[in-house]
Formats: sequence, C-alpha cells, structure tokens
Amino acid sequence: MLLLGLPPAFLILSFITILCALYVVTNNNPVYSVLALVLTFFSISAHYVLLNAQFLAVVVVNLIVYAGAIMVLFLFVLMLLNLNKENEPLIKTGWFVAATVSAGLLLVVLAAALHRSSESIMQNPAENIGLVKNLGKVLFTDYLVPFELSGILFLAAMVGAVLLGKKHSAEENSNSDTEPSEK
Amino acid sequence: MNPDSIFNSLDISHYIYLSSVLFCIGLFGVLTRRNAIVLLMCIELMLNAVNLLFVAFSSYIGDSAGQLFVFFIMVVAAAEAAVGLAIIVMIYRNTKSTDVGLFDKLKG
Repeated sequence: MLLLGLPPAFLILSFITILCALYVVTNNNPVYSVLALVLTFFSISAHYVLLNAQFLAVVVVNLIVYAGAIMVLFLFVLMLLNLNKENEPLIKTGWFVAATVSAGLLLVVLAAALHRSSESIMQNPAENIGLVKNLGKVLFTDYLVPFELSGILFLAAMVGAVLLGKKHSAEENSNSDTEPSEK
Repeated sequence: MNPDSIFNSLDISHYIYLSSVLFCIGLFGVLTRRNAIVLLMCIELMLNAVNLLFVAFSSYIGDSAGQLFVFFIMVVAAAEAAVGLAIIVMIYRNTKSTDVGLFDKLKG
C-alpha cells in the first residue's frame, strides 16, 4: 500500500480534510456545508502546524480570519436569508455526471503533471520562517507595496459591500409601486 | 533541525496530491451546486487548497515568501466574500432565491 509509510498525523489529517471537503460539496443543507467547511479549515490549520507555519496557522490568520470571520459571515447570510433544505436548488443528473467526469479528469491531469515534480525542488526546510518576527520583517520590507495595496483593496471592498447591501429607502418610498430603477 | 520532523519522513509530493484533491473537490462543488452561497464556499475551498500548497512549498524550500502570498490570497478571499455576499443578499431581495440559474435575468 502506497500510503502506509507516511506519518500517521499527516494521514489522519488528510483523511479528515478530504472527508469534510466532500461533505461540503455533497450536502444539501447549506448550514451543514458551512460547518463542515469550518472543520476543513481547522484541519488545514493543523496541516500548517505540521509544516511549521505557526503564525499562519494558530495565532491569527487561518483560525481567526477564515474559520472565524469569513465563515461566520457566510453563516449569518445563510441564516438571514432563511435558506433551508426544502428550497435548495438541485442540478440535473446529466450535469452532475458531466461535472464529476470533468473534475476527475482535472485531478488526473494535475496528478500526472505534478508527478515526481518533487525531485526537481531544492528542499531546504528551515524551522523559524513561520514565526511572526520573520514574517513581519519580510512583509514590511520586501512586500511593503503589496501590503499597502491590499489595504486599499480592503477599503474598496468594504465600501462596495456597504453600498450593495444598503437598502435604497428613499427610492423605495418614492416609487414603491413601480419597478425599482437602476441608480 | 528536529530529527523526527515531518520534513524527513514526508515528501512534498504528498502535499501536492492533497492540494490537487482539495482543489478538484472545490471545482466539483462549483460545477454541481446551484446555490450561490455554496458556490462561494466552494471557491473558498479551492483558495485554501492553493494556500496549503503555498505553505507546503514555503516550508520545504525554506523561503517565507510563500507564506506571505497566503496573506494576500486571504485578503482577496475576504474581499471577495464580502462583496459576493452583498451581491447575493441584494439579488435575494429582488428574486427571493439564491439559485444561480435565475441570475441570467440580470440583463439591462
């Protein structure tokens, strides 16, 4: 068996990750999908710990930003919209088969293309690159401009989300009996 | 280097395979689901597969640039989730549904 020689921590975590990911895409109840996605992110965080990316995994980024903020946002929207299993739109069987085949083919192509690629990678693992001191030093010297740009991107996304999500109350009051017109 | 570290017993190709499987699961979800919110979640799953691969390469090669790229991917993912969910909420107000099959009536 190909997998037997691997470390058990990696095997168990990979198993949990893939199982939860499959549950996300196959479950018909969106709330369960969100919860399974949170579990997937937790196991990916555990993979980060295995890979010595401690800051990325534990301290802030993956757990708080992903499993905390983004997933709670999804959960809030799901519950606000009152979507449940009864009105979950379903896909035709033909489309399902076609999607399965194309995703499986992509997997085959990726695995074939990346097979034995590790022989050409110079492996030089260092223990301390995942620490916040090291990451911060690189982020605020070499990657300062992308860092500032991502701040601008966040500002634009925030303004856009507020503008899109806002109810046009004055407009609705003035022409409530006609079609809502584009501003 | 710790002698019983994962880097000695595990090749990077296993992380490549794991990320490929996760990415394809996300793609399968994008192709098969009709609910727009679940579609966004599948895109998050694909982004996380890429993140895992970035961290794996960064750790195996010993360069922290890969982990910084994960930060930027997370920034883009957060912005995308916020704007995407706002659009979905707005469409839900008009159509009372989040089925992507109805979104083609947004012309004009």
